[in-house]
Amino acid sequence: MALTGLDIYKRLPKTNCRECGVPTCLAFAMRVAAGQATMDGCPRLSDEARAELGEASAPPQRLVKMGPEQNPIEVGQETVLFRHDEKFHHPTAVALRVSDAQDGNAIREACTAFKALGFPRVGQVLTAQMIALDNESDSVEKFTAAAEIIAKELAVPMVLMSRKLDSLAAAATGPLTGARPVLYCTADASVDDLAVLAEKAAALLCVAGSLESVAERVEALAAKGIKNVLISPGDAPASATLEFMTRTRRATLKKKFRPLGYPVLAVAAAQDATAAALDACAYVCKYAAVVVCNAWEPYLLLPILTTRQNIYTDPQKPVQVEAKVYDIGEVGPASPLLVTTNFSLSYYAVESEVEASRIPCRILAVDTEGTSVLTSWASDKLNPKTITAALKAAGMENEVKHRKLVIPGLVAVMAAPLAEESGWEVLVGPKEASGIGPFLKSEWKVA
Amino acid sequence: MTTRVPDTSEKWGSAVNTVVIGATAEQGGTRTSTITIGGAATLPFLSFEDSIGHRPAIAGEVWDSGADTWPETLKAYGDTMASPGAWAKKAVEFGAQLICLRLAGAHPDSGDRSAEQCAAAVKEVLSAVGVPLIIWGCGVDEKDNDILPAVSAAAKGENCLIGTAREKNYRTLVAVCLADRHKLIAESPLDINIAKQVNILCSDAGFPLKDIVIYPTTSALGYGLEYVYSIQERGRLAGLRGDKLLAQPVICDVGFEAWRVKEAKGPTFDSVTDENRLRWGPMWEAATATVLLQAGAELLIMRHPDAIREVTKALDRFTTTTKA
Repeated sequence: MALTGLDIYKRLPKTNCRECGVPTCLAFAMRVAAGQATMDGCPRLSDEARAELGEASAPPQRLVKMGPEQNPIEVGQETVLFRHDEKFHHPTAVALRVSDAQDGNAIREACTAFKALGFPRVGQVLTAQMIALDNESDSVEKFTAAAEIIAKELAVPMVLMSRKLDSLAAAATGPLTGARPVLYCTADASVDDLAVLAEKAAALLCVAGSLESVAERVEALAAKGIKNVLISPGDAPASATLEFMTRTRRATLKKKFRPLGYPVLAVAAAQDATAAALDACAYVCKYAAVVVCNAWEPYLLLPILTTRQNIYTDPQKPVQVEAKVYDIGEVGPASPLLVTTNFSLSYYAVESEVEASRIPCRILAVDTEGTSVLTSWASDKLNPKTITAALKAAGMENEVKHRKLVIPGLVAVMAAPLAEESGWEVLVGPKEASGIGPFLKSEWKVA
Repeated sequence: MTTRVPDTSEKWGSAVNTVVIGATAEQGGTRTSTITIGGAATLPFLSFEDSIGHRPAIAGEVWDSGADTWPETLKAYGDTMASPGAWAKKAVEFGAQLICLRLAGAHPDSGDRSAEQCAAAVKEVLSAVGVPLIIWGCGVDEKDNDILPAVSAAAKGENCLIGTAREKNYRTLVAVCLADRHKLIAESPLDINIAKQVNILCSDAGFPLKDIVIYPTTSALGYGLEYVYSIQERGRLAGLRGDKLLAQPVICDVGFEAWRVKEAKGPTFDSVTDENRLRWGPMWEAATATVLLQAGAELLIMRHPDAIREVTKALDRFTTTTKA
């Protein structure tokens, strides 16, 4: 039975030492009760109290750490079914599948390709973070050799997939020693054998199958002290995968059902790569902690990574950049000065178009509390006064010689009042960021 | 040892409204097929829990004029884009179950076509294809109020879905949809309370709530999709829990939004090659649709034939029943 905040509070030191990062012991207890913190966060907890609170205070879904110590990924410990209820905490780890049936050179090439898969978007570089090595060859030697290449080239967290425990054991205790891979035996294996393997290799296990069989085996593993586990619907069709993920998340959060309180690994590796990539997008939305896919083509991978970026955004925090002037390229006194808001989406849309134009520009991101151009104009956060104040605060009159401002086309109506308020000449730019390049090349030149 | 997995099924208590679009000869129209959307008594695709209702439908987007502004990748429709009837036919060949005729050419800044011209475009599409029709105005209040009565009259008895009614401009559309017996799209700007408000306004003006499809605004993947996702999800949860003002099926303007963004139109990443350049757009459109479907979407307006085909296949996979 889950403990209430007060049950937990009674056993805390009540010193309000703040070492856990929360102002009071009571606040900390409430966070633990809500599944947002663990007892480990309290450095002064007595061993007695720790034992007493033990499992009961653990968050409903376990936090699992995959991969080598210098480059780990944490997944799990999710607290809600719907992102608007709070937020999703640990973004889905995207694992690209590699078959060991290819020769060493092909695997090396895959590693090179993996390194090149980075996409700058809205101030982040989006990447796949894991490799899922599939023992398609059924050969222990080929599997181990492939694992060795990947470990050397990439040192990223890995999922090892095989029908044979021997293959998993050889790779995990050989080239991947200390790399904490996820061992996913795709054939039936006894709980005892899996437990021995996990202990010997200091690795994680992925337990796949129907909900009932997964719950049963996870519980048996827990009884043996094996708790670094992911669960999976295995090679199930898309609708069954969505069902598995929804039911496990609900059982965990609403029923506090421990045997399913582990992050889910979903497999979207069908032959039809486009179909599999779309399934992966759906799985990211609906609770997958790890998704194994074949989306090596950038046009298939970026939609998955962007879905993750969107869905895992904190809905309670407007996504914003610091309100200031950004220099893009080698700017001088003659460089154009573009006005936008500090809403990330607005700012980065402008920034990426300026970069693409290769014309050095200054971008003035006005503090609109992270709202877009039209929204901030409607709520009077983007107006001649706020823009003029931002110009002054940034000392632009000393930096820019031409005294010309470019404002977004969507707020063309403020051109005249802004010119009056600021004393600068105001040019009306394009309505969409995509028009900035052509604007700079034609209208700015003649202006 | 047996471990009993607890029952995690929810009892929602209510369902999404069912809306039929199109009318056959027997029903007073000329359509050869009709489309029924809505009816889900649970969240998307959770067939283990309850009825997932009718399968979401895909409408092919057709413009009355002005298609020369469409990106090159979308020129799969070729010369047909010069005439809405031929274009609609092509879209049906590509797998569209309805046609969404967008009267883009009526916009004062891009053609300013007259009510008569718009009505003629509607008639042309109606005679070219047998599938049901969605008609979308140009979005400018005064102009919509000028063209939509003529458009509605031209399609009288066809049981079209016409939009959009907005908080500040709904009376004309409500009146003509009532008179000519069409269904109506109620639009709101990413705001659940305004979505309810527009439904109240339309309902107070005499339009039945059960004949409304809501458009809570759509964004493309990577461009604010998370806001849309959560608005749709919150609305759907409220609808399933019995809020009659949010029990309407949802329409998403997927193609229009997805094809505005650079990842679709002209991706600029280092890894883009001439070989794969043309695949980015269809995939971006299909992924946008796939994500929106997870938050509850009954009607998708789409553009690229490959995206329509992929989302049709995805719907096959998502709607496969899992109940034993």
